[in-house]
Amino acid sequence: MSNGTLIVGGSQAGLQVAVSLRQLGDTSPIILVGEEDHPPYQRPPLSKEFLAGTAALDSLAFRTPGFYADSGIGLVCGERVSEVSLSMSGPPGSGVAMTASGRELPFNRLALTVGAGARRLPLPGADLGGICYLREYNDAANLRTRLSTATNVVVVGGGFIGLEVASAARTLGRSVTVVEAAERLMARSVGTVVSEFYRQAHVRRGIDVRLSSAVSGFQGERGRVTGVTLSDGARLPADLVLVGVGVLPRTELAEQLGLVCDQGIVVDAHARTSDPSVVAAGDCTVQPHPITGQGRVRLESVQNAVAQAQVAAATLLGRLDNVMSVPWFWSYQGDLRLQIAGLAAGYDTQVVRGDPADEHFSVLYYRHDRLLAIDAVNRPGDYMAVRKTLGQGASIAPDRAADPDISLRSLVDGPAPTAPAVQRAKA
Amino acid sequence: MGTLAKVIYIDSAGREYAVDATVGDTVMATAVKNGVPGIVAECGGNCSCATCHVWVSDEFAPVVGPPNDMEEDLLDMGVSERRGTSRLSCQIRITAALDGLRVEIPPEQP
Repeated sequence: MSNGTLIVGGSQAGLQVAVSLRQLGDTSPIILVGEEDHPPYQRPPLSKEFLAGTAALDSLAFRTPGFYADSGIGLVCGERVSEVSLSMSGPPGSGVAMTASGRELPFNRLALTVGAGARRLPLPGADLGGICYLREYNDAANLRTRLSTATNVVVVGGGFIGLEVASAARTLGRSVTVVEAAERLMARSVGTVVSEFYRQAHVRRGIDVRLSSAVSGFQGERGRVTGVTLSDGARLPADLVLVGVGVLPRTELAEQLGLVCDQGIVVDAHARTSDPSVVAAGDCTVQPHPITGQGRVRLESVQNAVAQAQVAAATLLGRLDNVMSVPWFWSYQGDLRLQIAGLAAGYDTQVVRGDPADEHFSVLYYRHDRLLAIDAVNRPGDYMAVRKTLGQGASIAPDRAADPDISLRSLVDGPAPTAPAVQRAKA
Repeated sequence: MGTLAKVIYIDSAGREYAVDATVGDTVMATAVKNGVPGIVAECGGNCSCATCHVWVSDEFAPVVGPPNDMEEDLLDMGVSERRGTSRLSCQIRITAALDGLRVEIPPEQP
């Protein structure tokens, strides 16, 4: 009796677990089950190219339909797993899942790649028509339709999603206001210099940015939103509202299994949950810092979904790989291309490289003179150099990094690059 | 569906993958969607990760052309073995003139 692997969540992480299992030589059955009607697709373009009209759903699909059949990956779309349990008597990690429509999916191995859902605002009027969220394709399709006729767009939340949508709306000529509760934009993701740069840059492009502003409610007429009220009493006219105030990891199934959750499904560096026979990967997890191994972080990124899923697949096959991966992120807001490598939390020094005024600059973050991370705006070479450097366990001397005419690569210092890197450099 | 063009991917072991590509798609997307191994393309074609690096065959290099500015920076800083015909395959859009295109996949992506 071989039921193979059940992967719950038709996400980037879910697909990657399946693909990695096959690449590692696993020949047992694989079922990948997803709640959405669409085969796994890229989410990042939903708030960028898709809204701008330069990408359609077809172009976002990760694989051709034929790929799944050719690879022996059983793809189940449009079914939500509502219950899961592990067997008391069978092999460790085996069990059965049940979908909301009553379909039973037995498994010998289980991977949870269930992602996260958009956090909702529990405010008066929050269920009015025209108040949108953006997480899935259907959300994006709805938002794109409404954007085509909207006049006044209010974006609640000045994070990646909010600012990407604000940029797209502004490019379409809409009147756009961004309301952010914190005192700066993207506070969770970038440093203060970058936050202030983005505020000014968006204002230059005609977006009204309100910081330290909380929303207290929404007004509507005949079921449709007409305005947003701020806690200081100000009222913004709105016929379209996009709420982008973060996500909540989906932990319901993990909790059914009694797995430890702490603002996400807790996993170790091998993507193992508190029941080591069950793995989890992607936005639904919290994990040790991927470079230092310390503490607990939740990483919402494509890079993490892919890297963690690769590790999870190896773990399911009994291979405990020690993988150090450098987190990286990107957010393209119109013509402002932000690329981030590393995690800056805990930095004590920053080095600004280039002039923010010309919209090409980067900020390197250090702790005890050791490079932690970079935020790069329209400077992809800097970003790439830091990503490589962190991956080699090296650093970049801070004293000369501020000179934008000196290549960061020429400033890389110890520990010495590993042997293959030296050979490549000489080749 | 657009018209088709053949793209041949050659991995580091010399294995060839001939794929029917749709004109207008990128060389990267065509590889990924069809499961050609070695082109990772983590960022999905945003010119952000340099994990879709290929070496374009000499006969097609003039048709494909040189890297754009952003791509140039990533190639310069990111890839393990830069060659004269190195490109990021997410930045190569397939045209009828590229029917029969041959690209080599490096053994290592960043």
